[in-house]
Amino acid sequence: MDVLLPRTLHEALAMKADHPDVVPIAGGTDLMVDLNFDRRRPSSLMDVSRLRDLGEWRREDGHLFLGAGVTYTRIVEELGAFPPLVQASRTVGSPQIRNRATVGGNLGTASPAGDALPVLAAYGADVVLQSARGARTLPWAQFLTGPKRNALGPDELILGVRWRIARGAGSFSKVGPRNAMVIAVASLCLILDEERREVRVALGSVGPTILRAHEAETRVARAIVDAGVWDDPVRELPPQAVETFAAGVAAAAQPIDDVRGTASYRRHACGILARRALAWALADRRAGSGPARPR
Amino acid sequence: MSLRTVPRARGGVGESAPRIDGVPKVTGAFSFATDLWAEGMLWGHTVRSPHPHARILSIDITKTLATPGVHTVLLAGDIPGKKTFGLEFADQPVLAWDRVRYAGEPVAILAATDPETARRAAGMVVVTYEILPAATDMEQALHAGAPQVHEFGNVLRHIRIVHGDPDAPAEVWVEGYYETGMQDQAMLGPEAGLAVPSEDGGVDLYVATQWLHVDRQQVAPCLGLPHDKVRLHLAGVGGAFGAREDVSMHIHACLLALRTRKPVKMAYGREESFFGHVHRHPSRIWMRHGAAGDGALRAVRARILVDGGAYTSSSSAVIGNASTFATGPYRVPNALIEGTCVYTNNPPCGAMRGFGAVQACFAYEAQMDKLARALGRDPVDLRVQNALSTGSVLATGQVVRGSAPVQEVIARCAAVPLPAGIRQPPSAGRWAPGDCLSFPGGAGNVSRGESLRRGVGFAVGWKNIAYSEGFDDSSEARVRLVAAPSGAIAEVVTAAAEVGQGIHTILAQIVRTELGVGTVIVHPPDTQVGSAGSSSASRQTMMSGGAVQAACAAVREILMDRARCRAETEGRPVSADFRAEEGQILAGHTLVGPIVQFLDEPIEATRVYHHRPTTPLDVAGRGRRGHRPRVGAGGPDRHGPGCRAGPEPPERLRPDRGGDRPGPGAGPHGGNPTQGWTHQERVVHRLPDPDNSRHAVGAGDARGGAGAGRAVWGEGGGGALDSRVDGGHRRRATRCHGLRTQPGPGSARRPDRSRPSGRHGGAAAIA
Amino acid sequence: MRIRVNINGEPRTAEVWPGASLLFMLREHLGLAGAKNACEQGECGSCSVWLDGTLVCACLVLAAQAQDREVRTLEALGSEGRVHPVQDAFLEAGAVQCGFCTPGLVVAVADLLARDPSPDEAVVREALSGNLCRCTGYAKILDAVRIASGRLRGGTG
Repeated sequence: MDVLLPRTLHEALAMKADHPDVVPIAGGTDLMVDLNFDRRRPSSLMDVSRLRDLGEWRREDGHLFLGAGVTYTRIVEELGAFPPLVQASRTVGSPQIRNRATVGGNLGTASPAGDALPVLAAYGADVVLQSARGARTLPWAQFLTGPKRNALGPDELILGVRWRIARGAGSFSKVGPRNAMVIAVASLCLILDEERREVRVALGSVGPTILRAHEAETRVARAIVDAGVWDDPVRELPPQAVETFAAGVAAAAQPIDDVRGTASYRRHACGILARRALAWALADRRAGSGPARPR
Repeated sequence: MSLRTVPRARGGVGESAPRIDGVPKVTGAFSFATDLWAEGMLWGHTVRSPHPHARILSIDITKTLATPGVHTVLLAGDIPGKKTFGLEFADQPVLAWDRVRYAGEPVAILAATDPETARRAAGMVVVTYEILPAATDMEQALHAGAPQVHEFGNVLRHIRIVHGDPDAPAEVWVEGYYETGMQDQAMLGPEAGLAVPSEDGGVDLYVATQWLHVDRQQVAPCLGLPHDKVRLHLAGVGGAFGAREDVSMHIHACLLALRTRKPVKMAYGREESFFGHVHRHPSRIWMRHGAAGDGALRAVRARILVDGGAYTSSSSAVIGNASTFATGPYRVPNALIEGTCVYTNNPPCGAMRGFGAVQACFAYEAQMDKLARALGRDPVDLRVQNALSTGSVLATGQVVRGSAPVQEVIARCAAVPLPAGIRQPPSAGRWAPGDCLSFPGGAGNVSRGESLRRGVGFAVGWKNIAYSEGFDDSSEARVRLVAAPSGAIAEVVTAAAEVGQGIHTILAQIVRTELGVGTVIVHPPDTQVGSAGSSSASRQTMMSGGAVQAACAAVREILMDRARCRAETEGRPVSADFRAEEGQILAGHTLVGPIVQFLDEPIEATRVYHHRPTTPLDVAGRGRRGHRPRVGAGGPDRHGPGCRAGPEPPERLRPDRGGDRPGPGAGPHGGNPTQGWTHQERVVHRLPDPDNSRHAVGAGDARGGAGAGRAVWGEGGGGALDSRVDGGHRRRATRCHGLRTQPGPGSARRPDRSRPSGRHGGAAAIA
Repeated sequence: MRIRVNINGEPRTAEVWPGASLLFMLREHLGLAGAKNACEQGECGSCSVWLDGTLVCACLVLAAQAQDREVRTLEALGSEGRVHPVQDAFLEAGAVQCGFCTPGLVVAVADLLARDPSPDEAVVREALSGNLCRCTGYAKILDAVRIASGRLRGGTG
């Protein structure tokens, strides 16, 4: 086994072009487990954990670019303007893991249980890929292609993700058997987009990849219009509309039975989380301009 | 002499003494078994079966042997001595040779220069298996056609306990069926040890374990070596909880070390650790509790089934515990309890904190809650009303002679104030993301308090301390008082395993109090001193503490003799009560002199402590009261240097369980617990009809009962006790009776009295 | 593969299998067995160390990723003849039983208190959510944090 230690992104891309089989390692929180337990033996590894270009985030043109190498701890500390992303980041593993793990890892591993992924999906994030040949940007739906499968080319690295900054309340929730260190049994991110008057919901761990609930989203967005809630946050959405939304989100899930939970429980959980997340978003709108910054 | 008030020994019994191993543990200097290292050591690795049940057709190790860095590969045929080991029976192969009986069973071992080489080499061992049908469900294992884990049948042990009148009536009955799953001790320190071959052809094994001597008892015969050539030393133990009661890598590491003539270290990773030790028995428990209208328990009927997995380990004691504790710590005048442990091709189960009493507790406490609801009573009050006390008679007939503060425990727990109320979200409506930490789900942010209900669970349980059913338990300790430049110091030599519970600190506290000496050194445990018994069953404080206390008493007697002699020669009165405190000897209020002055020659004593004997269960599951504890000398008391090792633990580790493998009669004791299940139970337990079931519709029993029905126990009539002789070991047999539930009045089915069927003793008819 | 690391202020080198973790290198090559190998999958925190000042699980760091970096381990805490206040607090609180979790916890607690000298209980629990203990039930560990926090802030705890 070889280990390559590029000093710059440019070097890393050249190495990747020369060694398509090389497996990049940043936080190592997925890959090292496979190495330690003899589940994988890549012929070579490439350390990308120190590449400065991957470790940046910036606002540009009303968008947020988040580098693949930014750790979850840094997201929690530095990206408080994006509460659902902070909430998701805070659920990742433990402090030791958050200090190393990255969004790039969630994308690279492409597991439907990746905690940041429902948030990025709800943000409508694009994925920015880079190779020695140049950069390309893939819409979200084209990047995650199946369970633990993505559209990354053999000579490409994930540079980061980029999403249009939308104003509006939202949250992320994750169901698991304990309060930390869990792989999601079911997870959900809900975003209200005030400008577009959209509701976006993304589900994790309940399908082969991250799922949206387009039908439920559209219907509830219209119900919010009908109830005059977009214009007047103090107005209430009729309970029936909330229930219909919850049922619609649950119906959009495609869960299976596995060691972490049953399909029926997961579907049930999606409905509950959807109902709560919507209620919270509307309540937070009512109380002010969304939830307070995290402590 | 002047009058002095001398304070008690500091760090003695009753004080919050600092751990004697505390500083090394917080600084990282404490050496756990996984931290061991020796110059030139090799790494051992185990090849395990991926199949729960299979025949081994061939094992090809040619590629492995040819791998650079691999020093040896061993199979069952390479074992110089006994091929099996085990706590109760030596039924578990060191390495499988013709069959594997659980996924994870060791098949081959190898030693290589480093762990990665070992892993790659292990992957090149080619084992050809013929996969066999596996018994994976504990109830399925009872069926006649189930895959047989061992040729003598799948029943490991069956117990029947009859107390009072099993048919006693009650006004209110509640019934429940309970399941508990397999659980793991998951001690943080994985299995590990280092075996170092010695010049004399023997081996020194440094290992994390709970009982050095019983390990040696199993290891030495497999190595074909006498005990004095197999020396075990306790390495730092990273938790145990029962997982280290059985041998894991011990024999493997020694075999590899003896073959390669190099030190061999074996350390399991976390995944392998789950394969490498026994687990808590999964259980299926059916219980009926009957009470009078005023809440007094009238009867308990229980059927307990536990899955012992592929090999015996300590399972017969586990089902013994589960059965004898099945009534809960309550006064129960009538009981009928049947406990069965089966073999399956699941991973072996054995000791894990609670050891059978846990599973039963889950069931009987759920029953008490149900009963409280049925009676309209407060569940805590109901427990207090029925609580055991001194003088109560248990279902085994044992009379509680010691203290039994069950009522006090319940009352104290009930008096603990409930936690503060639920935190409400801020009324101003602004929800800060950190607020979710105080709700279920924590950072998972699944709740702001919606639909949140909180309650307090309440349960009381009971458990034996030390071993049971006639096991002749003992512990040996040697205490030595010597003079050092700083004053008198005491040394404790014990094989008691410190697993984190603090036994070494406790022994030091006992010595400080008994000998009045502040500095106590506890020597690293090894097999040079006699057995201290296991660090399990909450027994070490009583047993090793008892041995240390007794040894201290013997040392103190000699010390005081010397002090009296001196006082006499100095013309001082010797009638006063002599005692040792804070490094001084006092006679009454008079200071005689520092202890160290009387230690021109060290004083040493070795004592073996036995608790009062217990007895095996008889055919009706009854034991008998025991007697006073015994203390024996473990060797001549020495006034000078040198010592002699004390007695070994008894050959038979459990009563009535001699021999290598249980014989055909050993399991059910002549009964067959697949018979006697009622139709209702078969539905609940998903059993098929046994071969000889009969559906009898007849006059049945005129006794009715309130509620859902009442249990009617079949009886074996005059069924003969089945007594067999097999392999020289006579097994006592009990009848086995089925538990049947008579449907309430109006039901179409009527029970039938059971009749004995053939040589298998009583077999109840099926209603 | 040759790895050069600065460990506890001292430059060290080791020749390791390229797929080895930092934890394996510390324990088996550099004689620093303080960090423990209870799970080797980042679940238990018994291998907690500092990498360039950041608290990490050494089992999840490829040894090569520590090339030319600074690693601090439990062995760096305390000095000749004196234990660190966090270590002392663990002893005083009775928070040590088998001791296998203790190294990782001491490091994690020292890390927490260096960043937040007087954390409230929710913060402590979250900060230690990556450390498992199978013996103590955690209550005394939380006591130890309180004692250490008091000591480090200059009180007598």
